[in-house]
Amino acid sequence: MTDAQQTHVVLVGHGMVGQRFLEALTEAEPRPPGLRITVLAEEPRRAYDRVHLTSWFSGTTAEELSLCGDGFAAEHGIDIRLGDPVETIDRAARTVTTGAGHTVGYDTLVLATGSYPFVPPVPGHDTPGCFVYRTIEDLEAIKAAADRARIGVVVGGGLLGLEAAGALTAMGLDTHVVEFAPRLMALQIDDGGGRVLRRKIQDLGVTVHTGAGTRAIVDRAGRVAGMVLSDGTELAADLVVFSAGVRPRDQLARAAGLAVGERGGIVVDEYCRTADPHVLAIGECALAVDGRVYGLVAPGYAMAEVAARQLVAGPPDPDRTFTGADLSTSLKLLGVDVAGFGDAHGVAEDCVEVLYSNPQAGVYKKLVIGADGRLLGGVLVGDADAYAQLRPLTGGPLPVPPEQLVLPTAAGPRVRLALPDTAVVCSCHGVAKGTIRAAVTEHDVVDVPGVKRRTKAGTGCGGCVKLIGGIVTEELAAAGIETRRGLCEHFARYTRAELYEIVRVKGIGGFARLIDEHGSAEGPDADGCEVCKPAVGSILASLSGGHILDGEQAALQDTNDHFLANLQRNGSYSVVPRIPGGEVTPEGLITIGEIARDFGLYTKITGGQRIDMFGATVDQLPSIWQRLVAAGFESGHAYGKALRTVKSCVGQTWCRYGVQDSVALAIELELRYRGLRSPHKLKSAVSGCTRECAEAQSKDFGVIATAEGWNLYVGGNGGTTPRHAELLASDLDHDTLIRTIDRFLMFYIRTADRLERTASWLTRIEGGLDHVRAVVMDDALGICADLDELMGRHVETYEDEWAATLADPERVRRFVSFANAPGVPDPTVRFTPEREQIKPVLFERLEVRGR
Amino acid sequence: MGATGTTVETTVEIATGTGWVTICPYDRLTPGRGVAALIEGEQVAVFRTRAGELYALGNRDPFSGAYVMSRGIVGRRGEVPIVTSPMYQQAFDLRTGECLDEPTTPDGTPAALPTWRVRVRS
Ligand code: SRM
Ligand SMILES: Cc1cc2nc3c(=O)[nH]c(=O)nc-3n(C[C@H](O)[C@H](O)[C@H](O)COP(=O)(O)OP(=O)(O)OC[C@H]3O[C@@H](n4cnc5c(N)ncnc54)[C@H](O)[C@@H]3O)c2cc1C
Ligand code: SF4
Ligand code: FES
Repeated sequence: MTDAQQTHVVLVGHGMVGQRFLEALTEAEPRPPGLRITVLAEEPRRAYDRVHLTSWFSGTTAEELSLCGDGFAAEHGIDIRLGDPVETIDRAARTVTTGAGHTVGYDTLVLATGSYPFVPPVPGHDTPGCFVYRTIEDLEAIKAAADRARIGVVVGGGLLGLEAAGALTAMGLDTHVVEFAPRLMALQIDDGGGRVLRRKIQDLGVTVHTGAGTRAIVDRAGRVAGMVLSDGTELAADLVVFSAGVRPRDQLARAAGLAVGERGGIVVDEYCRTADPHVLAIGECALAVDGRVYGLVAPGYAMAEVAARQLVAGPPDPDRTFTGADLSTSLKLLGVDVAGFGDAHGVAEDCVEVLYSNPQAGVYKKLVIGADGRLLGGVLVGDADAYAQLRPLTGGPLPVPPEQLVLPTAAGPRVRLALPDTAVVCSCHGVAKGTIRAAVTEHDVVDVPGVKRRTKAGTGCGGCVKLIGGIVTEELAAAGIETRRGLCEHFARYTRAELYEIVRVKGIGGFARLIDEHGSAEGPDADGCEVCKPAVGSILASLSGGHILDGEQAALQDTNDHFLANLQRNGSYSVVPRIPGGEVTPEGLITIGEIARDFGLYTKITGGQRIDMFGATVDQLPSIWQRLVAAGFESGHAYGKALRTVKSCVGQTWCRYGVQDSVALAIELELRYRGLRSPHKLKSAVSGCTRECAEAQSKDFGVIATAEGWNLYVGGNGGTTPRHAELLASDLDHDTLIRTIDRFLMFYIRTADRLERTASWLTRIEGGLDHVRAVVMDDALGICADLDELMGRHVETYEDEWAATLADPERVRRFVSFANAPGVPDPTVRFTPEREQIKPVLFERLEVRGR
Repeated sequence: MGATGTTVETTVEIATGTGWVTICPYDRLTPGRGVAALIEGEQVAVFRTRAGELYALGNRDPFSGAYVMSRGIVGRRGEVPIVTSPMYQQAFDLRTGECLDEPTTPDGTPAALPTWRVRVRS
């Protein structure tokens, strides 16, 4: 085709695959001379994201779903004609004719006509109130009907049917799913998985009928009134959605004498060519060489690339063919994780299945292992975390015993598998691990956004992003590429600990001087970023005290510190007064209750033995705190990388087992370290005896009473990677205990990285716990006097941040929603009632994630 | 969109299409931070960089839907002046509103903030 001076490519169908074909065609460099492109489309709009069609129900607009912006066609000189389907192809004359009667000539015709939803020909299937689920117009019709309907029935319990059921449930319909097969998602998962999935779907309020066919639709007064199932039962229904599979739209090709498969699909070779060299077919309408029609977008995209490549690069490239793809799917459906990959049903000869099933917990995991030990496939329901690692390993040997991969984390260690370079990590875009590694090693990519930009991996369903992150980190470490030792590009030469030393030794009091003297860039344009600014803000606060909102410091704080409150998902804030040791008087409780009531805040007892009040707007924060401060409360620093809480158990005073006054010590510690800014948050607890009711061993520093004194544990945390604290010293008397904690904290603040909690700090630093013990107990580095002095200064200069804020009108002035309209509250922060309190009204946003 | 102002007694203004609306005195803006403004029912985030330039973008964070962009941290990535969303930390180019980290939000919509014209008037 490259020999022709003028090449006219005509694309029939502007769906997802058609659009990808256009992109691949126009991205080619150099652009083939004389290339002209015309698109003939049936739908009234340009290509849109059908995969995320359901998000239309949760507010995503048609414009937002669009895959082809206004500029695309113009920029590339593509003539897109909408709303006029092609009706005939004249292969001899090389023309097509549309429904409106236009005839268009072509040099190459590309058919990307997709599929149509299959509607079983049961009596009444076209009664008003029956719908399919494929286009935006379909959804508009369903929505209009749902407004007047109470009960909805979805015919088909596959991927799409369950998605449609989710949409109906979300619109408030009493929803049923009728599936002919004995289980849900019969294609992707097996019986056991189906049972667990069914239970989970039913828990969500959807009634599931499996092994049930549809015999007829009941028509009452010209509208759907119900459905008769194959066993004769009748279901009442006001609305029916057919989602019983799709069929390739191959009629055009069939009528033009091109071969189609027995069960449909335009026959193509590995280059997506039909028997007519001037006609190609791609996407869901094509029958690939492996005898399959693919109803997923990733294989369609692969075909689009193959087809485009021949048109721009001349003779077919044997390295770029489409011979098949796997049907792996992972989705978060109605909030349920489901994944099926490879030989999910275990059809291979002599294969064995390794299975973990816990219907109570709603978890089902199965791996299919070949006779030779290779991983052939699997099914994961309820916990599909392992999917991202397992799918790329399919077809290869398993590096660890299979049971380790299916057992729940509590029973077996979570394993990380080494993937071969050829393993496809991102199936949406067909990106192999080797390509991602190359992006790091050869193209200086250092993070996930970089990988996305360079390789497109991770920009489809998003399911592979976690894995990509792991590969990048591993690669940076392995290649010995300085894993950017520095804090960020603005302080590339220094770690956080080094900056701390610089600030301390030179007595630097502000960001400007630090970046001017030690930053990587020069000139007045030099500025920091979201990484270094809060880190430097924290160092300045640890060392020099002063109010964190004064002068230059104000610009360094993230939004929580900047408003001395925690940002919530709707843009409102939470308020947490300090309740040292968890001890509070009845008056204190009443005051908090009154304030929360008067401002209409949601209240909750936190996991840290205090009370959180949610739903305050920035304008309300000063007035709320005015009342809290007047009642004697102080900031709880729930927003800061600082001491959070020191939890206590009730201890010796009341408890018959207690051997020390744990409450008194907890209060003392909380008051001593309140307001102490650190690389990450600090948590503590004090238990009155070894029964450990305060969970001190899960804290950054925890204290447990003994008959002799106190045991001090350090480096514990809960959170994502829980770690038990380790015993630093035993049977300490009160003063030694305090001194040891002082030094431990100051040593940590001095040497830890940004956002490194004590647990990871202890495991990272050379010598670990023994080294820390030598430093803080035996003064091995000779810095204890310094550490003591720094802590002494902190204790002396502490002042309540909120009281200090309220005392200064300049500081209070920041607390407005709008600079040009002080006093006007943010109208987008709204609430609805729930369980006699409020909850935020969420912004319209896709809730079905991870696909 | 960039404008520089140093003298006192100057005000920050935003173009509405039909004219300019006053936001606040220039000195009220903290270098390296933003404020939100309400302009004919729309929320605009106005930023002053450390070097003194002004930028105005839509206040809605496209990833969370919340109107919080004005509360993000202002800084630079390479040559690009940025603001980082306080909700999930994606960075946006202050000049164009484009997101530097992810081209689209999880539901597939483009992740760009609208830009507004902003100036300083004495
Ligand atoms: C309110 C609370 C949940 C609750 O309703 O109980 C909570 C809420 C938040 N936690 Fe927590 N955590 C709360 C107790 C905990 C606990 C339990 C505890 O402290 O005993 C843990 C596990 C223990 C631990 O930290 O080791 C906990 C582990 C986390 C983590 C994971 C930390 C880690 O090292 O992996 C984060 C993320 C972080 O800090 O980076 C986090 C972060 C958050 C943030 C700040 C997330 C955010 O940025 O918005 C939440 C904001 C709260 C707010 O707006 O007020 N929260 N969080 C609890 C407040 C305690 C308090 O009174 O201050
Ligand atoms: C609700 C829903 C959820 C989905 N979820 C997923 C998912 O999670 N993962 C996944 O991989 N896939 C999913 N899919 C499938 C995915 O959308 C398809 O695989 C993909 O759209 C196929 O692209 P295509 O271009 O081949 O077909 P289509 O996108 O259907 O485009 C074909 C276009 O051709 C037009 N056309 C047909 N005949 C003519 C004609 N004669 N003249 C002119 N135009 C014509 C049609 O009107 C249509 O616009 C989902 C589909 C739906 C409906
Ligand atoms: S566990 Fe997660 S969701 Fe719950 S409060 Fe903590 S951070 Fe928020
Ligand atoms: S698998 Fe990578 S984006 Fe879908």
